[in-house]
Amino acid sequence: MKLIDKMINCTVNGMDITVEKGTSVLDAAAKAGVHIPTLCHLNLHDLNAVNQSANCRVCVVEDENSGRLVPSCSQEVYDGMNIETDSLKAVMGRRTSLELLLSNHPQDCLTCIKNLDCELQSLAHEMNIKEIHYQGEKMKHPIDTTSQAIHKDPNKCIMCRRCITMCNDVQTVGVLSPLKRGFDVVVATAFHMDMGDTSCTYCGQCVSVCPTGALAEMDASSKVWKRLNNPKKHVIVQVAPAVRVALGEEFGYDPGEISTGKIVSALRRLGFDTVFDTNFGADLTIVEEAKELVDRIEGGGPMPMLTSCCPAWVQFIEQQFPELLDVPSTCKSPQSMVGSLAKTYYAEQNNIDPEDITMVSIMPCVAKKAEAAREELSVEGHYNVDYVLTTRELARMIKEAAIDFKTLRDDSFDQLLGESTGAAAIFGTTGGVIEAASRTAYEMVTGKELKKVDFKDLRGIDGIREATIEMNGTKLRIGIAHELGNARKLLEDIRDGKSHFDAIEIMACPGGCIGGGGQPYHHGKSEILKKRAESIYKIDMGSEVRKSHENPMVKKVYKDFLETPGSKRAKELLHTTYSAKERI
Amino acid sequence: MRKEILDTTTLDQEGLKKLDAYIEGLRGNKEEQLIHVLHHAQQIFGYLPKNLQWYIANQLNMPSAKVNGVVTFYSLFSEEPRGKYTVSVCMGTACFVKGAEKVLDRILELTKSEKGKMSDDGLFTVQDVRCIGACGLAPVVTINEKVYGNVKINEVDDIIRRYKRGDQHAS
Ligand code: SF4
Ligand code: SF4
Ligand code: SF4
Ligand code: FES
Ligand code: FES
Repeated sequence: MKLIDKMINCTVNGMDITVEKGTSVLDAAAKAGVHIPTLCHLNLHDLNAVNQSANCRVCVVEDENSGRLVPSCSQEVYDGMNIETDSLKAVMGRRTSLELLLSNHPQDCLTCIKNLDCELQSLAHEMNIKEIHYQGEKMKHPIDTTSQAIHKDPNKCIMCRRCITMCNDVQTVGVLSPLKRGFDVVVATAFHMDMGDTSCTYCGQCVSVCPTGALAEMDASSKVWKRLNNPKKHVIVQVAPAVRVALGEEFGYDPGEISTGKIVSALRRLGFDTVFDTNFGADLTIVEEAKELVDRIEGGGPMPMLTSCCPAWVQFIEQQFPELLDVPSTCKSPQSMVGSLAKTYYAEQNNIDPEDITMVSIMPCVAKKAEAAREELSVEGHYNVDYVLTTRELARMIKEAAIDFKTLRDDSFDQLLGESTGAAAIFGTTGGVIEAASRTAYEMVTGKELKKVDFKDLRGIDGIREATIEMNGTKLRIGIAHELGNARKLLEDIRDGKSHFDAIEIMACPGGCIGGGGQPYHHGKSEILKKRAESIYKIDMGSEVRKSHENPMVKKVYKDFLETPGSKRAKELLHTTYSAKERI
Repeated sequence: MRKEILDTTTLDQEGLKKLDAYIEGLRGNKEEQLIHVLHHAQQIFGYLPKNLQWYIANQLNMPSAKVNGVVTFYSLFSEEPRGKYTVSVCMGTACFVKGAEKVLDRILELTKSEKGKMSDDGLFTVQDVRCIGACGLAPVVTINEKVYGNVKINEVDDIIRRYKRGDQHAS
């Protein structure tokens, strides 16, 4: 078919435009520069995540030819269609839809965790709602706080089903589903089970897209405040790679702003005694992981080795592929490594009783909250990490303390666990961990210096990627997947012997941790994730040292304390185990 | 609840074998067959308790939330044991206005049951439903396939008694 045959004509508010057949009214209007409010609709183009439930009807416009109201997000343009987005009928239609949703909403915005970040609330503002003309029966569901990670308040649910799209289609975990039907329909877990009892991976991607306060992170800030105000506690904090390229958004900076120095400053102002860098832990992870990879290659497997720093992914493999539990690396995640060393090495060096140390992590991630509570991740009865705050929770604490983020001066991390390389920085984006590991493994295997540190083949945004790296004549086959649905495909092929890799990196979130469930809300704009990724690579480029094993403080920790990579002590403190879990 | 769901030893093991054989024999996309499987399971077990739904989800390799979603979507599936007679009292606007609530209360009293729960004698499950589209006959009660229109409160005793007796005759 020639392009011309595929094109059709229509008008939007009197403007003639030509669009491709199959274009939605919403996209046609956007092409004409006309904005139509939407709510349930979500289209993350680059990530293949489209929610097309078309049930909120907040986006209706008038089809002048028939005089009917049509939902613009799902209605396709037909040839000769005349669309009015601002007729009285259209405006009133949208308002009615919104008022109906609001009539069944708790309206406790003042104390809601999504206050000022809620799409329902901003629409009420945008549509100039001053009064709600309907009185609906309000839902009365119990609030679920049974998991470490996800706060679920079904009373705030507007049935947009975005979470269901994320959990079922993108992540293929399938914890959430509509139950019942008609007026009684509710988005719930199977049998209304507690979230904490389900096979939720806690990736938080449902939270990322929920337009209201129905799904949110379990806020740990008040517990952290308590520790900060307890003079007996030595409160240490660490900051993950992806936080520093996203937190700025919460304070009006453009996406991708790198605010590492200001974050360190802010944390000191909040009262943390010591500010460590999770990137140090990332470097350490790489050294341990590269060693493990080399050992496995030389020792005949098991292959492939899968990265293990993403807890949602770990949870996923334990539940969905229990027969493959020998393939993930045994390395703890960077946050746990830092926590583990803080309560042993650092405590020893500074004569602090580990009992008195509180370890707090600032993470882009909701799943890290659940990870921190894993029994396996404790040493002598002390959890490696005590509390995890998401990027969003940190932003709220900074605001709460009336700290003027923009005017803060740049500060730097504390030693001993505060130094990091460019290789650690790229942990925050898909492909980064395996690139960092390759830099170190290359030198371990060949004994030669790696001149070209950029492995550009490993970068990108495709859900599943493959590349081959040459090391001393041996070819290392590398696979990368982000989003759990893609991970599932990759794992099924491995299980069925259809594909062969030596090393694989898996991240649960779209784009890796930059798109983590605890990051500032992107509200459906996937460009934001790209900006964050660019900044991550910028940090790497700008770093003097770009290979994890060359991190001087990592070397020092081995010399003072751990001896060699993979030593008995390293195994004890920096490695973990996995166990099969029922899928429910 | 997790324990109760994961424990399938409380289910009739012969029934499970029959169900497995049925699933085994299915052709094509098992996901598309879910409704058939549920139907079959309900025939074997009488209803679809949680652990059975979980079992089916596993056999079909799909999330139990999805199975539970389908089970709760169709009124023909039941998560609770069901009485021999399903008594549905319409609570749509027309029926409600004409006193359906009193009718429901009386039926619950006569059958000695709670809404949605099988009566102890195993005869009745009484439920309220939304408008069934017979508003002209309000208030409307259905018992299995039979429709009773313009139900007056003093007729209720008689209707229920007939079913109780009918059951005695049958046995
Ligand atoms: S956190 Fe992830 S796995 Fe859990 S319900 Fe949300 S999307 Fe599903
Ligand atoms: S929980 Fe949130 S994302 Fe899910 S349907 Fe409700 S409002 Fe939408
Ligand atoms: S990809 Fe990163 S942010 Fe997402 S669950 Fe994994 S570790 Fe957390
Ligand atoms: S945004 Fe179109 S129906 Fe919800
Ligand atoms: S209201 Fe009862 S049948 Fe319509």
